[in-house]
Amino acid sequence: MGVTGLAMLLYVTVHMVSNLKIFLGRDSIDGYAVWLRQLLDGLLGYEGVVWVVRVGLVVCVVLHMTAAIQLARRARKARPAGYQHRAKVQGSYAARTMRWGGVILALFIVYHILDLTAGVLNPNGVHLAVYDNVVADFQRWYVVLFYAAAVIALGFHIRHGLWSALQSLGASSAARQKAIQAFSFGVAFVITAGFLSVPFAVLTGLVG
Amino acid sequence: MRFTLRVWRQDNQFDKGRLVMYVVDDISPDMSFLEMLDVLNERLISEGEEPVAFDHDCREGICGMCGLMINGNAHGPDKLTTTCQLHMRSFDPNEPITIEPWRARPFPVIKDLVVDRSAFDRIIESGGYISAPTGSAPDAHAVPVPKDDADNAFEAAACIGCGACVAACPNGSGMLFTAAKTTHLGLLPQGQPERYSRALDMVGTHDDLGFGGCTNSGECTAVCPKGIPLEAIGRLNRDVLKAATRSPAKR
Repeated sequence: MGVTGLAMLLYVTVHMVSNLKIFLGRDSIDGYAVWLRQLLDGLLGYEGVVWVVRVGLVVCVVLHMTAAIQLARRARKARPAGYQHRAKVQGSYAARTMRWGGVILALFIVYHILDLTAGVLNPNGVHLAVYDNVVADFQRWYVVLFYAAAVIALGFHIRHGLWSALQSLGASSAARQKAIQAFSFGVAFVITAGFLSVPFAVLTGLVG
Repeated sequence: MRFTLRVWRQDNQFDKGRLVMYVVDDISPDMSFLEMLDVLNERLISEGEEPVAFDHDCREGICGMCGLMINGNAHGPDKLTTTCQLHMRSFDPNEPITIEPWRARPFPVIKDLVVDRSAFDRIIESGGYISAPTGSAPDAHAVPVPKDDADNAFEAAACIGCGACVAACPNGSGMLFTAAKTTHLGLLPQGQPERYSRALDMVGTHDDLGFGGCTNSGECTAVCPKGIPLEAIGRLNRDVLKAATRSPAKR
């Protein structure tokens, strides 16, 4: 769970940073899309790297979901009879929303791929015209709303997931406890803010 | 003070069980929660009814017997407090108090509020000890122990095995208990020879007994009457990972 989560976090971080290229202009982000497809094309062919990453991500998602389902089933088996009265839960909101948050993210990813990768649900939908596709997308307030909700869910997921992965992989100790918590919050915050900056820039006319 | 209680009554392991309403009168705010239950039981006995079965022993917060789920909180609303050390002044007489047993498959209800926590003994049996004969207690300064290790080991050794961690865990996991035991032995020199096999064996037994898996939600440490920190689980995970990468002969 932790290992696949960290691998996907690495991808999400690169994805967030490369999204910010939209602020450098149309040529920057459209050129990046072409560059990414030509990367190592001598070795892997056109789009080779992209497909390697895609396959790796699908493997990660499947393993991650398998582990999540196993944990949820174990939890249900461990408490066949629940409490009649359960107090407001004491741990963090992020920890409580991991399972449903994950489901929201999975649904969002399906939409996101159909929208901006395949272009099927995009009002512009021209392959490699990243800038125009994104701008056309975020002209619609409801898309921005759904996108923002999914990104915030991602933020919460990372907030608990990163700390939990580091804890499960034995990186935490008494001395590092506070640092790991702060680091996880920081990463989650930066990634959320980075992803949110694009739709709101389009919505406010800063980009487009 | 007068309180309204909703108490879980269950005749035996096979009974379905139900919440039963009771009203208890003449409760002093300085009574402990268990003394309040004593008052209820005295009345029930005098009326010829079956008293409410609940576990208790030392009543000074160190034996770990008196675990009750009170209004959905393990050991009630106060932090770092066992049920026996909880006082009735912590409750609002206008609100009913719901009292339930710990809920986990490895902790079957024996009667009413009493659960069988011997699953914890099975975990201890699988590695929570030092097998070298140690003779009489050595001088405290015979083997130097770094201050931080001694402090962390002592903090973990404060675990009284009450089971609140399991009761509060959304996954029904007993990792905080298991981690407290491996931490307290694994940080001290006497515990080193079996450190890695102990971690593997105790986690293996924990899983086999039907406890859930840890997702680091932190519910356990929030209700732990002894304040065992969550980092103990991180330390246990590190030992398990190290054990898994070593050949069995070197564990």
